[in-house]
Amino acid sequence: MSDLAMDAPYRPAALDRAEQGLLGKPIDRYEGPLKVSGAAPYAYEQAPEGTAYMAVVTAAIGRGRVTGIDAAAAEAIPGVLTVIHGDPRMPAGEGNSRAMPAMGSDEVFHYGQGIALVVAETQEVAREAARRVTVHYDEQPGRFDATAVEVQQDHKLGFLPPVNRGDLEAALAQAEVVLDRTYTTPIHFPAALEPHATLAWWEGDQLLVRTSNQVIGGAKGTIATALGIDKSRVRVQAPYVGGGFGGKTGVGQEAIFAAIAAEAVGRPVKVALTRRQTAYMVHHRSPTTQRLRIGCDREGRISAIAHESVAYQNDDSAFLEPVPFGTLPLYAGEARRFRTDLARIDLPATGAVRAPGEAIGTFAVECAMDELAEQLGLDPIELRRRNEPTRDPTTGKRFSTRRLLDCYDEGARRFGWDKRETTPGSRREGEWLIGMGMAAALRGNFTVQAEAEVILGADGRATVKTDMTDIGTGTYTILAQTAGEMLGLPISAIDVVIGDTDLPPSAGSGGSFGAGSACAAAALACEDILTELGLRMNAATDDLRLKDGQVTAGARTTPLADLVRGSPIAAKGKTTPGKESQATSQASHGAQFAEVAVNAVTGEVRVRRMLGVFDIGRVLNEKTARNQIVGGMVWGLAYALTEDAVVDPRNGRFVNPDFGEYHVAVNADVPQIEAYFIEEIDDSANPVGAKGVGELGIAGSGAAVVNAIHNATGVRIYDMPVTLDKLLSSLPPV
Amino acid sequence: MKTFNYERVASPEAAVAAGGRFIAGGTNLLDLMKLGVETPERLVDISRLDLNTIEEKDGGFLVGALVPNSDLAADPRVIANYPVLSRALLAGASGQLRNKATTGGNLLQRTRCYFFYDTHAACNKRVPGSGCDALGGFNRIHAILGASEQCIATHPGDMPVAMRALDAAVVTLRPDGDRRRIPLADFYRLPGDTPHIETVLESGELITHIALPALPPGARQLYRKVRDRASYAFALVSVAGVIAVENGTITHAALAFGGLAHQPWRDPAVEAALIGQPPIEAAFDAAATALLKDARGHGDNDFKIPLARRVLIAALRDLTGEPA
Amino acid sequence: MRFTINGSKREADPDIRASLLDLLREEFRLTGTKKGCDHGQCGACTVLVNGRRINACLTLAVMHQEDDIVTIEGLGSADNLHPMQAAFVRHDGYQCGYCTPGQICSAVGMLDEVAKGWPSHVSDDLSSPVLDEAEISERMSGNLCRCSAYPTIVDAIREVHDA
Repeated sequence: MSDLAMDAPYRPAALDRAEQGLLGKPIDRYEGPLKVSGAAPYAYEQAPEGTAYMAVVTAAIGRGRVTGIDAAAAEAIPGVLTVIHGDPRMPAGEGNSRAMPAMGSDEVFHYGQGIALVVAETQEVAREAARRVTVHYDEQPGRFDATAVEVQQDHKLGFLPPVNRGDLEAALAQAEVVLDRTYTTPIHFPAALEPHATLAWWEGDQLLVRTSNQVIGGAKGTIATALGIDKSRVRVQAPYVGGGFGGKTGVGQEAIFAAIAAEAVGRPVKVALTRRQTAYMVHHRSPTTQRLRIGCDREGRISAIAHESVAYQNDDSAFLEPVPFGTLPLYAGEARRFRTDLARIDLPATGAVRAPGEAIGTFAVECAMDELAEQLGLDPIELRRRNEPTRDPTTGKRFSTRRLLDCYDEGARRFGWDKRETTPGSRREGEWLIGMGMAAALRGNFTVQAEAEVILGADGRATVKTDMTDIGTGTYTILAQTAGEMLGLPISAIDVVIGDTDLPPSAGSGGSFGAGSACAAAALACEDILTELGLRMNAATDDLRLKDGQVTAGARTTPLADLVRGSPIAAKGKTTPGKESQATSQASHGAQFAEVAVNAVTGEVRVRRMLGVFDIGRVLNEKTARNQIVGGMVWGLAYALTEDAVVDPRNGRFVNPDFGEYHVAVNADVPQIEAYFIEEIDDSANPVGAKGVGELGIAGSGAAVVNAIHNATGVRIYDMPVTLDKLLSSLPPV
Repeated sequence: MKTFNYERVASPEAAVAAGGRFIAGGTNLLDLMKLGVETPERLVDISRLDLNTIEEKDGGFLVGALVPNSDLAADPRVIANYPVLSRALLAGASGQLRNKATTGGNLLQRTRCYFFYDTHAACNKRVPGSGCDALGGFNRIHAILGASEQCIATHPGDMPVAMRALDAAVVTLRPDGDRRRIPLADFYRLPGDTPHIETVLESGELITHIALPALPPGARQLYRKVRDRASYAFALVSVAGVIAVENGTITHAALAFGGLAHQPWRDPAVEAALIGQPPIEAAFDAAATALLKDARGHGDNDFKIPLARRVLIAALRDLTGEPA
Repeated sequence: MRFTINGSKREADPDIRASLLDLLREEFRLTGTKKGCDHGQCGACTVLVNGRRINACLTLAVMHQEDDIVTIEGLGSADNLHPMQAAFVRHDGYQCGYCTPGQICSAVGMLDEVAKGWPSHVSDDLSSPVLDEAEISERMSGNLCRCSAYPTIVDAIREVHDA
């Protein structure tokens, strides 16, 4: 096995001399025909004959204890197989490889927590029986208003410790210009369109779980821990995942419940959460209060920057939104303070939702920069340019690659930034006020451990195997492209097998690290195959030329299939973080631009144009990468304008836990969006030089929209989303 | 979902005799049944009755109760005579839902109040006497006109708002075989102490048709809907307007509003402020003042008061200004 | 009960409470039609019933006796794609794929509505709408795509319409 720690920049030589021309190309998705024809199986589908249906009974109180459960009425319904509660293996919430929830507890941490399960012959019976289960509670007062609880500064939650560099208060006191603003962001649901679903069955003492999950390697361990069995007895599959967005990084209650239920009834059992249940049983993004303080001189050179926030979490969970994560390396400034304080509440768990930290942190810092530029009389891009650091301003580490200035320049040119009116509220077309805004985008890049196996088969076809998932991210396709590029094979000669923990372990899909790490592992495996092919060709590996299934060494050309006939070659690759990962500050970057129209009568906002230019390292597939980036930009648009999950502070229930009233963007909200890449292969990131894509598009895009709203109207709104009621009082009279 | 008896009927007479809850498009009823908000014992399927035509009658039109929203919106006669109705229909829901939802059913669409949908919440409309969690709770989408201490829910529809401005009437068949014609003005009830009773329909009474009268010649029509996203969202405020101006004087004015009240809202005082006046800002302002004189916000929905004012004035300007 | 599903006569005896969506997915195992919300708020369950696009989640199976139902599986298969399916692949009109069958069925039904001259909310002239990007977006707004591949969905539909 090729086992490469990123102790130094590394790029396989074979990638540089590759002739197949596959990697990076905008080829169609490998699994596309299966998806568009409805043949791709998601977790709940293509279940074995005899599969029973499960429904979850959820807590009707916001805080307290379950004192008794009366299942008689449910059990009396024909078709009900069993009602299960009080099993010590039942988790109270979501688990993951870093933290497990309370197990076998009678404690209710929040409304909508799963507390019992019903198994029945049909879905209709299971659902109705769940409604007939009577639960008795000892209800206790709950903390449902995050703004009314005590804020803890000395907590140990989250992966981002506070940063204090220099004397912030002194630097602010000395600064010629100081901006001090507080921003708020609401709860965001990940809201994957496929609800959390699991199919579980036992074969002897082996548990098989087909589940909608982003990180199945982690899920396998979490499930084993919850059930108190050895990991080797659990196999998790997720061949297709209907969107994750962070919400499927852990293992939800329903997955463990399904395994327990399948054991109890001796049959396969499947469950899908109802849409309203997903609001409670799946974690959401914490609402935040973010205070931004920036001090600078009259030329805009920042001397002090502070990004201090409050996020919340319940008593059963360990995550904390890393709000300033994207701000840490963004701008220069000697005195720096970054911290996120904790409010403990009795609401469903908060957790990682697409671009944790950056998605909302960049909203605050990028709106603040826009306002600061206005105060200084500077173009917003010029202010950013003056504060572009040459090393990571927080850690002092060198940047691996950073093309942010080029993103600004190319974005401004393509968008027509020079046509922006510098005086807010001065461009009107009929009822509509028109404005432009921009923002920087930044998402930290992670190097993580991943393995893949590549088998060059006797028929000359290659198969890539890893337990990665494809949650819409293009994993199938880019793995095929990587192997095809390395081995000189057309895409039609590659098979990709993923989404099964029996395959070599990957990092899974999360944190935008999946593509780079999995493709890197595959490329390393291919390097070993090339070494073996060199031996078989009796040539130096570096002298091999591979294209369209032919291997050429010097004057000799041989079909690849002839070299492996009767003797396939299998190789594994593994990539891990190393000294270079530690020594460098790594991120994807971009510049976001938006043009909005604000209705002068109603305050309705329509985004007319969005454009972004992004630096994501190597582009693995231009088509899928662009689609993902654009999708992220749309998330930013919806965060800016509509997405807002509201808690009823009287009881801890969501007011709008469905798609009817939690407004994700619809097609009509979204204009044609342009996204471009400035490609610089980042050899410090991983062996394929690719950095994260999936989360970058959200970073800054909401701020660009909100800054454009200011440019259109002269109004600054500090709490997301900018719904029309917040603009109304500042609009011109009718 | 709680189980129920199901019967498909072959005639309106059989329908009213069957004694159960009518289901046609089902897009609202099944939504609520899945949540346990509605728990009918018996469903009477009227979807295949022959009530899906649009006929000219008395200079106006008679629309079958089962005409789908899509078909009504796209009907050339409706487009030609009642563009406000087409526009209102097209502003509602989605293409798929409009293909299924019927004219009669859409009149009976129930509120989208969050607390009506949440079976753990207090709601006098869902469970009479249980209270109202919207009062003192999050009430951004709630009523500013005609509400009561028992209920501040709004009617969520778009089509009924246009029909209200068009002076439409509901034609029904009763279990005793009688037919009656109910002007839309009398069809909906205000919440008062009985928010669970939303219309004057009696038990077992079936809507068979909706009558649309002829309009004054030269009347201009408009439907404007304000919502939180560009499509597929309920109205925060909407206005349906029908205005005729002759020789510089407003001669006909019909203005109905969605998103403001428990029913499609129409106030004679608004129209009185306009009729006989020239179409000038002072008249528009007076109309808006008349509309909102008794308006009351409940906190989160306070913005609807200035919003309704602005939307009405802009609508009147569009209805009386130079055609675009 | 009898149905015509994707051109074949099929029989079933569904639970009285079963939606058309659950009949398709659980009884007939036509799992290409997806359940995203089960309340008519996402469009993932869009199928064509007697030629019209509807949400299969908000209609009872028992109400569809003798109806002609076309699901994504009836439009084309992985090795014999319908032009709309092929266009979605070509334009990358999806990511995770979960909303995709509903998007495609909806698009096919929508283009039929356009051919009939049906207007939309954004039509300037209700009598003769012209299908531009804004029209496609409005008419497709009953199909949520949380991955937000809306621009490429519009591209795919536009190509099929213009062909």
